Amino acid sequence: MINIAFFIIAALTLGSALAAATNPKLMHAALSFAIAFVGVSTLFFWLGAEFVGLVQIFVYIGAVAVLIVFTILLTRREGEQLRGFNWSGVVVALAVFAGLVWSILKSPSMSILPPEVSPLTVKRIGEVLMSDYVWPLMGVGVLLTVALLGALILAMEDKRE
Amino acid sequence: MTLSILLMVSSALFCIGLLAALSRRHAIFILIGIEMMLAAANINFIAFWRYNAQPQPTGVIVAIFAIAIAAAEAAVGLALIIAIYRHYRTTNVDQLDRLKG
Amino acid sequence: MHFLPPGHDLIASFVSALLNISGVLIVFLTLFAAMSVLERKILGRMQNRYGPNRVGPFGLLQPVADGIKMLIKEDIVPARADKVVHFLAPIIIAAVAMLTLGIIPYGRNMTPLSIDGGILFFFAIGSTTELAVFMAGWGSNNKFSMLGAMRAIAQMVSYELPLIITTLPVVMIVGSLSPDQIVAAQSKYWFVFTPWGLAAFLLFFTSGLVESNRTPFDVPEGESEIVAGHMTEYSGFKYATFFLAEYFGMFAISGLAVTLFLGGWHAPLSILRFVPSYIWFFGKLSILLFVFVWARGTLPRTRVDQVMNFAWKFMLPMAFTCVVSAAVWHYAGRGFFAWIWSLVIIAGVYMTLSILLDTKKKFAPRVYRFAE
Repeated sequence: MINIAFFIIAALTLGSALAAATNPKLMHAALSFAIAFVGVSTLFFWLGAEFVGLVQIFVYIGAVAVLIVFTILLTRREGEQLRGFNWSGVVVALAVFAGLVWSILKSPSMSILPPEVSPLTVKRIGEVLMSDYVWPLMGVGVLLTVALLGALILAMEDKRE
Repeated sequence: MTLSILLMVSSALFCIGLLAALSRRHAIFILIGIEMMLAAANINFIAFWRYNAQPQPTGVIVAIFAIAIAAAEAAVGLALIIAIYRHYRTTNVDQLDRLKG
Repeated sequence: MHFLPPGHDLIASFVSALLNISGVLIVFLTLFAAMSVLERKILGRMQNRYGPNRVGPFGLLQPVADGIKMLIKEDIVPARADKVVHFLAPIIIAAVAMLTLGIIPYGRNMTPLSIDGGILFFFAIGSTTELAVFMAGWGSNNKFSMLGAMRAIAQMVSYELPLIITTLPVVMIVGSLSPDQIVAAQSKYWFVFTPWGLAAFLLFFTSGLVESNRTPFDVPEGESEIVAGHMTEYSGFKYATFFLAEYFGMFAISGLAVTLFLGGWHAPLSILRFVPSYIWFFGKLSILLFVFVWARGTLPRTRVDQVMNFAWKFMLPMAFTCVVSAAVWHYAGRGFFAWIWSLVIIAGVYMTLSILLDTKKKFAPRVYRFAE
């Protein structure tokens, strides 16, 4: 039952990711990207990392997907068709996939079952973030502030012209 | 459900992201491909954390940081795309071949 | 969610999930029907008329008539619309609105979905609405729809910030993201009776008005400007679904406001504990819903730039002030002096903002010009 759920989630995620990578209609591809990321966060839920799954939905569906559809709208031009597709990318991607699968199948230490652990609470994540990882956390805070300002300056209209 | 099946799913997602980044000509979709590769890496972090019975939730913390950094990257990347579009009137990366501003 | 044991436990959890879902749906669909007629009646009273009074006693069967009308109306899809996106948008909006109802504790041990990060779940799922609204606007292939969707997303993104930041003081003081523990922490006093709690509650409620696109902030669907915003090209049952989602979003935001600030299902006085807890919850909820209708009957619609300026120049600094004030309240010992200090901080920032934001515009009497 749980395994069936996993395979449904995985098929949905990979299918919509493939649609996002190959669909020539830009808006449909962007929306399938959103579905793929919902699938990824469901996978996090399935693995017991609820907090990361929620953060994933929050950041990707609530912010990044909306940004992407807005950027598509802002950079759309009538009559311009961007149907270009580079087929050599398929070959490279398939080769990388074959190599990864081969190396996963070759390593017997990977075919293990998950151990029984107590569920990870949000409180525990908060404690760890505020004690062991407090400097990376501050670094991420600074990074996000800088990214916010940088994005604003980059996207701002030039007033002089 | 063994770890190897999860790793295969995440490597498939990684390769789809690679496909999008290599094959698409539209700048936004190259960005989407990179986001997918980051998400595949996050799946791996979470999976390794889950299949390894240690008390410290390092994999989860790394995934949270990765999501934050990916969000910052997406914001700056999309702002760059808008700035480039305003200048060159295109988002096709093959046509962005001038070094002169 | 994770690693359920095999066998009968799975079936038990499945059945309990189904019971939870049907309970929430029955209660809130009934509330939706009652609300739709009561809102029209209250609005009617405010505007000196009767409101619906033809169908059934006092017009109370009006929702049935409305439902039948919506169901048998022709469902029109524009010829150049994006059929799939156009079809999916109302479904996603309604599903999201129903999911957010799941985490609210309706009474003692009456939380349909009690997960550890309940508040985060609410906002994560709720932020999906923006994409669904965009899908509705873009899929309709109509300029009014697109403009409405743009306005809706702009104001939802802007007000999501104060909405989330005003929940932070409560989360900080309680030390948990779970709604059950937030309600449990308010057994002695409700958070609305602290200075930071009152300020955060008012900001939260205003942001909630904006998030559910209600008057005075119904800029995205302003009838006099852009027909019906992102719902322009929807008719029949799909339009009813949007309507349902708007009301469910209203219930969810009010329910969360009750949970965070108004003590959840706790009775106001300890002698009143014999009344069942869910009655208190729904009583508080209906007071907030009445305020929603009251605001709609009283206030005129704001302009787009007014809405946005208000969000970024007033709501956001005040929301951050609430966080600081709650921290001061906590570290000053949560007593009488903590109360005073917290009040001083909020009042100080409020005064400073009112001086800084004063544009020195003098209000002149309105001048009427008539066609000659």
